Amino acid sequence: MDAASLPAALELAAGGGAGLSPEKRAVLGSSLLLLQRDYRFDRVWFWGCIQGVRGAYYIAEGLGPDRAAPRSRLYSLNCVEWSLLPPVTKEMIAQAEQLTGRFQGDPSFAYEFSEINAEDAEKLIEGGKETSIKEEIRLVATIEQIDRAVGIIPRGAFVKTPLQSVHENRNFEGLSFTEAKKLSSYFHFTEPVNLKNKTLLEKADLDPSTDFLDSLEHDVPQGSWTVQLEKGGTVVVLRSLLWLGLTFYHVPMTKQYGYIYFGNGEKNLDLPFML
Amino acid sequence: MAEPPEKPSPQAVPQPYEPGYGLYQPGYGPYDDQIPDPTHQMLAIQNAKALLLKSSTTSGLNLYDHLANMLTKILDEQPTNVVDIIETISRDVKWTQFRKKMDTLRDEHEILPTFEAAEKRKALFLKANGEGEEEIEEEEIGETSLPNVMETAFYFEQAGIGLSKDESYHIFLALKKLISVQPVPQTCRFWGKILGLEMNYIIAEVQYGEGAEEEETEEEEPIEEEEKGMTEFEDEEEEEEKDEPPKSTYKPPPTIPKEENGTGANKYVYFVCNEPGNPWVKLPPVTPAQIVCARKIKKFFTGRLDAPIVSFPPFPGNEANYLRAQIARISAGTQISPIGFYQLSEEEGDEEEEGERDTYEENPDYQPIPVAEMVDSLSSWVHHVQSILMQGRCVWLNPFQKSEEEVEEEEEEKADEQDDVQQEIGPPLLTPLSEDEGIQNNPAWTGQTSTNLIPEYAVAVLQSNRWPGAYAFASGKKFDNIYFGWGHKYSPENHNPTLPPPVQAEYASGPEITETSDPTLEEELAFKAAQEAALSTAEEEEEEEEVEDDEEEDEDD
Repeated sequence: MDAASLPAALELAAGGGAGLSPEKRAVLGSSLLLLQRDYRFDRVWFWGCIQGVRGAYYIAEGLGPDRAAPRSRLYSLNCVEWSLLPPVTKEMIAQAEQLTGRFQGDPSFAYEFSEINAEDAEKLIEGGKETSIKEEIRLVATIEQIDRAVGIIPRGAFVKTPLQSVHENRNFEGLSFTEAKKLSSYFHFTEPVNLKNKTLLEKADLDPSTDFLDSLEHDVPQGSWTVQLEKGGTVVVLRSLLWLGLTFYHVPMTKQYGYIYFGNGEKNLDLPFML
Repeated sequence: MAEPPEKPSPQAVPQPYEPGYGLYQPGYGPYDDQIPDPTHQMLAIQNAKALLLKSSTTSGLNLYDHLANMLTKILDEQPTNVVDIIETISRDVKWTQFRKKMDTLRDEHEILPTFEAAEKRKALFLKANGEGEEEIEEEEIGETSLPNVMETAFYFEQAGIGLSKDESYHIFLALKKLISVQPVPQTCRFWGKILGLEMNYIIAEVQYGEGAEEEETEEEEPIEEEEKGMTEFEDEEEEEEKDEPPKSTYKPPPTIPKEENGTGANKYVYFVCNEPGNPWVKLPPVTPAQIVCARKIKKFFTGRLDAPIVSFPPFPGNEANYLRAQIARISAGTQISPIGFYQLSEEEGDEEEEGERDTYEENPDYQPIPVAEMVDSLSSWVHHVQSILMQGRCVWLNPFQKSEEEVEEEEEEKADEQDDVQQEIGPPLLTPLSEDEGIQNNPAWTGQTSTNLIPEYAVAVLQSNRWPGAYAFASGKKFDNIYFGWGHKYSPENHNPTLPPPVQAEYASGPEITETSDPTLEEELAFKAAQEAALSTAEEEEEEEEVEDDEEEDEDD
């Protein structure tokens, strides 16, 4: 969620019981601004927090002029000092996917592959690669996975210009109440995957400037989102069941929207049994 | 009205390189070398004009008039850089139009669901109007069971846990309503919130004094009797049939009776509602079978209490029962208090034979433990809710005890089984948290202070790693527990649903059940021949034997 509207946004997304303490809210108000200045970001989003056993990671994302471009990610253990995370690679994600269990809360903590999977570790040793992975790397990979799988925006909030860059839509006035309850009005804010596979008939109604992303309605498994009206029906809240802890809120007919993650950074693999 | 642009007057033809005119001047177009037929040209112009004059279905305007009005306005006002502000001019012209509403139908006033919700919330803020209210208030102010939800919310907020302030206050009011309606409970507490797929549950924990809850037991007994009646009836039917099929030798394991209201897992009564302001619904008491089954399944709550639970092993009951079972499990695992705050009540402890003491009272001499110590060592916290045994009860009960008394004949058989049943013993009440099992390498609880900057006023907050979403805080003499989450236990490995039982083995195949192949004609004939031959030889032998026998007899003599 946008750092500028953080206090109001946290109130709207607090239905799940997670939030920030007054101290953290106060410090974020200034430290995120300084981040924007120091790293020359156009915008700073407060992404959320990943709870470890011994501490929590607070995460912020910095956006450049093209909003869909890869974002810079920063983490902090106390919300005061921020450190930049390395850009994510496919290898990192593949390695991090093998790790299970809770985060420890220490970025230099090393997970040994030999403890997890002996065969893979042997291969790595033969290939002359490291046999351990730092928690920092797991953190980057997890953030990327979450952003890719469940980072969402309402339809029409962003537009694609003819030069292929993506900007906020200044004419976006919010979804209507009926639209806001449908999954088809929300888009994954990442590189589209299913859009190219659509038939011509399905593509006919799409507006190329707004409908350049995948919508949520064909997410696998079916029913991996809950859509609820909260606060007496004034806020639409979407919660991901695949990544428990991700909350998206949108106040219909206004520009207020955003998502935030408060969880332990583990994918809910039991989802098919739980529906 | 201005002239249509298709008919420029001859004097107005501009110079060839005037900007904005481009290649569209006469003589430069691709079709200009052929002189069009004047009648065709006229027709084309008329068609174009007709198109422009077509009025819009929504606003009733047409483009022809609109362009004319715009040009008039521009020529009248002569603004600078007209081309840049043409959109604004167009909009201004539209806005200045006086639009009369032509139809006489009235718009139906839209009623959004938000209004209904607002109405319900408003009802919370209305004071119950009654004349005797003042008197009641005077009585209640002395000692009330209403918890201070806002104060608790404040402490949890210090650690970043909790609902928004509005919602907390609504829950506060809803609890006030709950304790005013019901027979006044002894204690009442905001237990937490469980998220669901369609709606969420807000849960209140209530304890009644003795004897306040006799209705329920009455309600449930008839059902059991009915069930018994049904089985008896079936038995009779079976007896009537003479050709009785072989009876199954399977005996279901004895059902373990649920704990009495006010004890064990049913110590508290829980009320739930989806939104503050909705009526509170009482959850049914939990049975051991439900707790045992709830441990094996993992399902999301939907938010509807009557929703069925589709799972394997099948869950005995619907979502209300499942919710109640999960609440019991979470309470048993995560309700904690600072050590020394409660002490076991001694009087009752001596009376009970088993030595299990399940009651406690507040320790009047409790001295608050410093926050740093509360965070660092888990042994400064204790469980104040009995843990639930594998059996699904807090107090162990021998399932075979009753049957022994009733049926004397089977006593011998049962005696063998009884030896196998071992009494389950859970940790006693007020066991420190340091005894809790961790998950893999992780401790069961994570402690932290709400702030490191102002340690003087920090609050100790504990977070359960076994039940993500369960929190406890302690500050001075105050402490509380709360739960916000999906109602599932953390499992390091993926959930493995129980497999269906293995298929029953086939009946051991032996000669008595194997079907022999029918003999062919030749075989039959051969068999017959053999039989006859055998007969004839047998007769001969018999004769011979008789002779022999005679001889033998003779010898004996």
